[in-house]
Amino acid sequence: MLLDVRPLTNTMPSNVTIERLDQLKDVPGEVTLPFFILSVLTILGAAAALTLRNLVHCVLALMLAFVGLAGLYLHLDAQFIGFAQILVYIGAVAILIVFAILLTRGGESPSQSIVSPSWAISSVVSVIVFGVLAWTIRSSATTRHSIPPQPEVTVKQIGDALMSRFALPLEVIGLLLTAALVGAVTIAMQDKQEMK
Amino acid sequence: MTETLDQIFVTLNHWLVAHLPVQTQPIFAAILSVVSIIVVFASLFAMTTILERKGLGRFQNRYGPNRVGPYGLLQPLADGLKSLTKEDIVPRSADKVVHLLAPLVLVVAAFLGYAVLPIGRNMVAVNLDAGVLYFFAAGSIVELSIFMAGWSSRNKYSLLGAMRAIAQMISYEIPLILSAIAVIMTVGSLSAVAIVEAQAAYTGIWPHWFVFTPWGFAGFVLFMIAGTAESNRSPFDLPEGESEIIAGYYIEYSGFKFALFFLGEYIGMFAISGMAITLFLGGWSAPFPFLSWIPSYLWFFAKLFALIAMFIWVRSTLPRLRMDQLMSFAWKFMLPMALLNLVNVAVWRFLPSGLSRWLVCAVLVIVPYILLGRGLVQSKKLEKRVYRFAD
Repeated sequence: MLLDVRPLTNTMPSNVTIERLDQLKDVPGEVTLPFFILSVLTILGAAAALTLRNLVHCVLALMLAFVGLAGLYLHLDAQFIGFAQILVYIGAVAILIVFAILLTRGGESPSQSIVSPSWAISSVVSVIVFGVLAWTIRSSATTRHSIPPQPEVTVKQIGDALMSRFALPLEVIGLLLTAALVGAVTIAMQDKQEMK
Repeated sequence: MTETLDQIFVTLNHWLVAHLPVQTQPIFAAILSVVSIIVVFASLFAMTTILERKGLGRFQNRYGPNRVGPYGLLQPLADGLKSLTKEDIVPRSADKVVHLLAPLVLVVAAFLGYAVLPIGRNMVAVNLDAGVLYFFAAGSIVELSIFMAGWSSRNKYSLLGAMRAIAQMISYEIPLILSAIAVIMTVGSLSAVAIVEAQAAYTGIWPHWFVFTPWGFAGFVLFMIAGTAESNRSPFDLPEGESEIIAGYYIEYSGFKFALFFLGEYIGMFAISGMAITLFLGGWSAPFPFLSWIPSYLWFFAKLFALIAMFIWVRSTLPRLRMDQLMSFAWKFMLPMALLNLVNVAVWRFLPSGLSRWLVCAVLVIVPYILLGRGLVQSKKLEKRVYRFAD
């Protein structure tokens, strides 16, 4: 994150080296400090969303996990999808979930503990499953391929692809969203007429 | 000489950062730009509080605060001291962690938007390829913080105010983004720097600002109205109006947390004004080419002051909108106008430049405005008000 570097005519001192943004990018798949912090944030947020008692706290922890995911997208230099993740998930889906909690009775704390009584055996089983999965993935052929260099995808390319190659999926998504909107208005309208 | 003055902050940044080891230079350059943004806009917030109170006072035919300094100019100091030293009351059954986090999330989300605003030539904190999208994403985090504030107070009225505020903000986000899309369609890029540079040219002495085109003018008006609603400012401040719901979602906040909410709201207002300036008013470019010797950041702040003055003017003049009026205004009037604005932009782009283009696009703005306005008013059957007095 730097000041935008443009060639200035006579005012830039010559002994200053300011690296450009793309020199700060890392190889994808390598565990660097930003990747470590973001993945710890995501995993902790998801774990907190599973184990907290208060439902609204769970939602907020889930939003923290989504922020971590958005950070991971940005770490991979996928700007559009990173910001769309924040806009859609934290701006809209979070509000949807909390409205659902508020309008139903889910706001009360659970009366019994959320940890099941057979937690010891379950944790052993899950560790075994994790070990098998990890061993399978490590020894598979896909991890032995070299990682290709990241393509430089700009938002313009995404837009061009959406308009040319993926025009039909775009229209289908529009249709889906329109159907959702019409459905929501229909449900709300019926409620109003019943109340009258 | 004018170029030196124009780039003085950039050269200052480079000079300061040059004293540090090479590996840490990008991080310190970033930290320096972040610190300067926070300092500048927080001081602007302090100035705006006194300007607003004096301005509101003069509009209402009274003096504003005039006790603290000469003409009351040290009032922000007094306000800051008061909010720092007031007791921080948290309700006993409130959710303490969320109650603490809500104003912090608000202030952080409000400040995040400034990272993509080009304050002057070459003076943007981060030149993101998807800058405008980043700005709206940072603005959408504010809704979550309002819900946190309303929920954690364990107060029925606080929750009600939060729900109303969220409904209002979600509804007005759509015309806001749609009117910004009109500009993005014209420029062809989501980068704020590219948008400003597309407006920094001149035909003769007339600037290429988008506000001087029919669709740009409609888009600017829509953006400012939606921006007023997004920052919960009068006439859209029903969720926090004092005579309505006694400060809505921040009823249970006192002392410094209340000041943080106040700060967050104003910072959000400045950010939306900054984005309006970037999208429609030509960013840091001067209105006429013979005035371009004035440094670019001074033009940005001049336009920002003009927009803040307009916000204060509108606040003191118009009455508050009721919730259902507010929502129907957003969905029934502003959304169709914003969609028609998109069609207008396309028509503007594909017609040959000349008088016909101006006429067609102006008609495409004025006719729907009149028809929609008349149509929506007629469905309410408004008549002249009849008063009945007790005799």
